[in-house]
Amino acid sequence: MAAEKTVLITDATGVHARPATVLVNKAGNFASDVTVEYNGKSVNLKSIMGVMSLGIPKDAEIKIVAEGSDEQEAVDAIYDVIKQEGLGE
Amino acid sequence: MAKVQTKDLLEQFKLELIAGEQGLDREFIMSDISRPGIELTGYFRYYPKARLQILGKTELSYFKELTTEERVDRSVKLCTDVTPCIVISRGMDVPQELVDACNETHVPLLRSPYKTTRVVSRLTNFLEAKFAPFTAMHGVLVDIHGVGVMITGQSGVGKSETALELVKRGHRLVADDSVEIRQEDYDRLIGSSPELIEHLLEIRGLGIINVMTLFGASAVRSHKKIDYVINLENWNDKKQYDRIGMEEETIKIIDVDVPKATLPVRPGRNLAVIIEVAAMNFRLKRLGVNAAEEFSTRLTKMIDQEKSNLTKGIDFD
Repeated sequence: MAAEKTVLITDATGVHARPATVLVNKAGNFASDVTVEYNGKSVNLKSIMGVMSLGIPKDAEIKIVAEGSDEQEAVDAIYDVIKQEGLGE
Repeated sequence: MAKVQTKDLLEQFKLELIAGEQGLDREFIMSDISRPGIELTGYFRYYPKARLQILGKTELSYFKELTTEERVDRSVKLCTDVTPCIVISRGMDVPQELVDACNETHVPLLRSPYKTTRVVSRLTNFLEAKFAPFTAMHGVLVDIHGVGVMITGQSGVGKSETALELVKRGHRLVADDSVEIRQEDYDRLIGSSPELIEHLLEIRGLGIINVMTLFGASAVRSHKKIDYVINLENWNDKKQYDRIGMEEETIKIIDVDVPKATLPVRPGRNLAVIIEVAAMNFRLKRLGVNAAEEFSTRLTKMIDQEKSNLTKGIDFD
């Protein structure tokens, strides 16, 4: 079973380069496959170019999905980072 | 999936808008095209009304032979509320009854100067491309000697670095990190880059670099058919890797089986060279030369010879 969480982006600039880097670095710490879904597209959250290619704006709803041995920890940790960075809720 | 509206056709092709301008926002829900012939005779039971309708020379000349009441009746029945548009080919004159019906029901009536078959095939191609199944994959797509090679593998295994080395060797980058793939026809996969990250490559420690401005226009291309998938993975001592190259593994992307090879990564293995050679070898196989199979036949022949020598009892000493 995959762990997942839907997040609403509240940062005015959306998921820009710097916050994307923080997310990607966090996701890279986990063994699970972590993806982010937006607008019908799903990309690897461990890949900076993939995340930025989505061009996620403010008020967008994104879904973080993790699958693997540490899936729940991964989703929780990424959600924490999103909140800490003031990126979304 | 991006939606396709009648006005997209108008922009894309040399079409002239004759009537039903208010209906330009109508949406296509399928790529099929219909040439209503039997419908013009009055049989509308199986009328594929949600399709684009094309009236060619045959249809229109038959239409002209009908009585005025019949023409009005057929025109009204052709223009349903879901018909995306009606296209007249060969730049022919449009019957007034059809123009009126289109204006009334807001079905766009378009005219093309080209022959019917040409119009049908171009519109079909356009619509099929728009309605093609679509997916996105994590990986790097590179054109190596004309072979579209998709490099996949875990994050940090060295896909982008390998791509950079390949670009330095004169090959072309299509997409880094995220490849958008659509299926054309039943056996072709076309990969391209998401617009935002086109021509860009991310190298850990360097950041984002622009391959086109660094290496020139010959180092990139916008899209490429995917012929071959090479999966990079960290060297696993327990795993058996292909040593001969007789078996062809495949991976399914959308509905197409694509040949696939797995390359183990280890310090000291120059991946760019191996991938380049893999692509050339792949090309060679498609041209009918298979080194592994040739070797196997040679080996079989040799073994047979040894066997017959043995039974003859020839002494080699």
